[in-house]
Amino acid sequence: MTLYADVQVSRGSFDLALDLTVEPGEVVALLGPNGAGKTTALRAIAGLLAVDRGRIALDDTVWDEPPRTFRTPDRRPIGVVFQDYLLFNHLSCLENVAFGLRARGVEKQTARLEASRWLETVGLSEYARTRPRALSGGQAQRVALARALATDPELLLLDEPLAALDAGTTLHVRAELGQHLNRFEGHTLLVTHDPLDAMVLADRLVIIENGQVVQEGKPTEVAHRPRTDYVAQLVGLNLYRGDASGTAVRLPEGGTITLAEPATGPVHVAFPPTAVSLYVQPPSGSPRNTWPAVVTGIEQHAHTVRVRLDASPAGPADLLADITPAAVADLHLTPGQPLHTTLKATEVHTYPV
Amino acid sequence: MFRRTAFAALAAVAALALAGCGDGTPAASSPGNGSSTPALSGAVNVFAAASLTGTFTQLGKDFEAAHPGVKVTFNFAGSSALAQQIEQGAPADVFASAAPKNMDDVKDKGTPTNFVKNTLEIAVPKGNPGKITGIKDFADKNKKIAICAAQVPCGAAAAKVFTAVGITAQPDSLEQDVKAALTKVSLGEVDAALVYKTDVLSAKDKVEGIEFPESSKAVNEYPIATLSKAPNPDGAKAFVDYVLSDKGKAVLTAAGFDAP
Amino acid sequence: MSRRGRSTSGRLPLVLLLPALLGLAFLLVPLVGLLIKAPWSTLPERLFSADVWQALRLSLVCATAATALCLLLGVPLAWLLARGGLPGRSVIRAFVTVPLVLPPVVGGVALLLVLGRRGLVGQHLDTWFGISLPFTPAGVVVAEAFVAMPFLVISVEGALRAADPRYEEAAATLGAGRWLTFRRVTLPSIAPGVVAGTVLCWARALGEFGATITFAGNFPGRTTTMPLAVYLALETDPDVAVVLSLVLLLVSVVVLASLRERWIGGLR
Repeated sequence: MTLYADVQVSRGSFDLALDLTVEPGEVVALLGPNGAGKTTALRAIAGLLAVDRGRIALDDTVWDEPPRTFRTPDRRPIGVVFQDYLLFNHLSCLENVAFGLRARGVEKQTARLEASRWLETVGLSEYARTRPRALSGGQAQRVALARALATDPELLLLDEPLAALDAGTTLHVRAELGQHLNRFEGHTLLVTHDPLDAMVLADRLVIIENGQVVQEGKPTEVAHRPRTDYVAQLVGLNLYRGDASGTAVRLPEGGTITLAEPATGPVHVAFPPTAVSLYVQPPSGSPRNTWPAVVTGIEQHAHTVRVRLDASPAGPADLLADITPAAVADLHLTPGQPLHTTLKATEVHTYPV
Repeated sequence: MFRRTAFAALAAVAALALAGCGDGTPAASSPGNGSSTPALSGAVNVFAAASLTGTFTQLGKDFEAAHPGVKVTFNFAGSSALAQQIEQGAPADVFASAAPKNMDDVKDKGTPTNFVKNTLEIAVPKGNPGKITGIKDFADKNKKIAICAAQVPCGAAAAKVFTAVGITAQPDSLEQDVKAALTKVSLGEVDAALVYKTDVLSAKDKVEGIEFPESSKAVNEYPIATLSKAPNPDGAKAFVDYVLSDKGKAVLTAAGFDAP
Repeated sequence: MSRRGRSTSGRLPLVLLLPALLGLAFLLVPLVGLLIKAPWSTLPERLFSADVWQALRLSLVCATAATALCLLLGVPLAWLLARGGLPGRSVIRAFVTVPLVLPPVVGGVALLLVLGRRGLVGQHLDTWFGISLPFTPAGVVVAEAFVAMPFLVISVEGALRAADPRYEEAAATLGAGRWLTFRRVTLPSIAPGVVAGTVLCWARALGEFGATITFAGNFPGRTTTMPLAVYLALETDPDVAVVLSLVLLLVSVVVLASLRERWIGGLR
């Protein structure tokens, strides 16, 4: 069975037009910046809002096809994990997990048994009688997951499942969520703005900006061949378009990037910020891409410092470089400071536009 | 405690003064001819039984016309409520009660005069759907009957009537006042109610009256009196005189009241 | 606060404390007046007269029945106002509050015009089913419910509007239909609001006078509730009226305090 979702929703000046399929056992991540329409798409597929045009169907069963067909959420075989979980606070964890089964007509004892089995699966057996209010973020997320999976849905929808967690627990919970998703045989659609969640959890990425799909593919493919600035920044790459002729790529705003392998015609040029090195004095020796540049911004990340540079007119006008905090101290980096940059040609990827 | 005593003393002085003035004022000698009493001014507060609403409003207008510059304001309510208000210090000049008992409850006052009497009558909805023929029907369990509660004057009067007739009434409701009983009749909720003649007359487009001889056993006297603590003693006296005058009587009898 | 010795929130600001205490006094002093004026020496004999208990029992039964009626009709109405997406909702809400503004006596007359023996609906009830509401305990319940229902509707609607509708969405994605969602998710989440509304509604019904005496009349044992008995007692014997009022007060305070403790205490 395959989920087909052609979701078209208009809200004022915002138009969402998304066409995606999810195969059984596949985890598809819908990745995009805030306001791109990710959550709207998820709500439409869940049946929490009706599409204006398009069609949502699981194989031959149509869920939503205006103007005639619309199945309310309770009549779709889905499970949803909401961003803030929305656990029912007046019910115990066990009752929360059993809720979907009870709602679908499962007899009380059976439902409770199945629910406790699910709580065991997510490692929270001892919290069966606890009210959700008393749980930690990570525990609540696992209860929400158990609740969504307990009804054995065809489609699991996850709305930013890790966004409400603090950085310390995210790593652990993400890994655990990955294991559960691996075991799940139905279709999974994960909505997130965090590229790492998408990369780790999904088999395929669908990236949307302003309600439109801008790129689709396997995580590695997207990571190495971003097609828009957003995707490039998302995966931490420098991305440019230019005209290749032999080993030189001419950028439209001026500047040239030298390649290791020759290419021809319009190409994307991509390289990671770690491939860029910074020097106070002009370096001598092998690097062929050497540009004078000016620092325009400095961002502190967890273990590296990302420096934003302007290398025009010789190189790109907007260039990212990742260096160590120690190097920042050595170079006495401040915005506006002139520097010299080099880029190893061997780390530059090109692919046709 | 001191304050109350002082107030009572003041009131007594005022009452004496009022009595002293009242004797000599020309108003007393020429009731109803207000134009000859130049001293009258200000407001006259009249506390009157609810059943006097129509007639006293009319009398108030006539009185104001006869005494330019005088404003008559009314407080219409159940007589017992009015008596309590007056006892609690409400600024009343005149009290017209629907029963002597409530008048007796008020301590500081001039001599009350009975100015009208009101007799009971059976009120039935227009067309008499309950086929009420007389007072004996009030003992019929199958008729919807409303009478006043025993605690209010019209209820006490009704009880006297039933004793005189020798029946036990079978009411469905004991109304809190005569107007409430009348409303039940005019809306057709009950087949009959025992109300005053004046009430039947006041709702004559919706209600029919049936007279019965035993009504003479429970005649209700209406006393009126000026009050000792009256803020406007002259106005109070003039108004009472006006009610007792021929003009006043004419208005009252036209509304169904009998002369005392 | 005194048990912990120190308060983390600091001292209460005087600008709030002073009017608060004044407000409390304003509400309590009239009650103290009743207590002082109560004829304590003859209280027991007045209290144990059959009439008092008859009126009190009728009051409690009718107010409770009226509250049940209000819950049955008022909670769905509140839901419709809060979640129904009706056009002209603010106008409907204004109409719901009309009984709050309407003098209760007028409300009673309005009820007579509709449900009375000759009323728009009442005449059919009478001829077809032989049902006549005025002068019956059922009439008392109707009159009390009419006056008290707005209190319930307003409280419950407020609670519904404050409740997060996304929990209802979560229930829907779990396969719950709207009715199940309402019963198992919405209602429990607004329970404090419903309890508050119920308490207000019951209290209002218990004290109802004007609409009751107008619509249901006054007959001991059938329609004479405590407020009616108080009013009529006031005509002849204010002492009795004070005693009756005290009984009504005491019973309502005891009932409300214990229910609040139990219902809301259990939910927190």
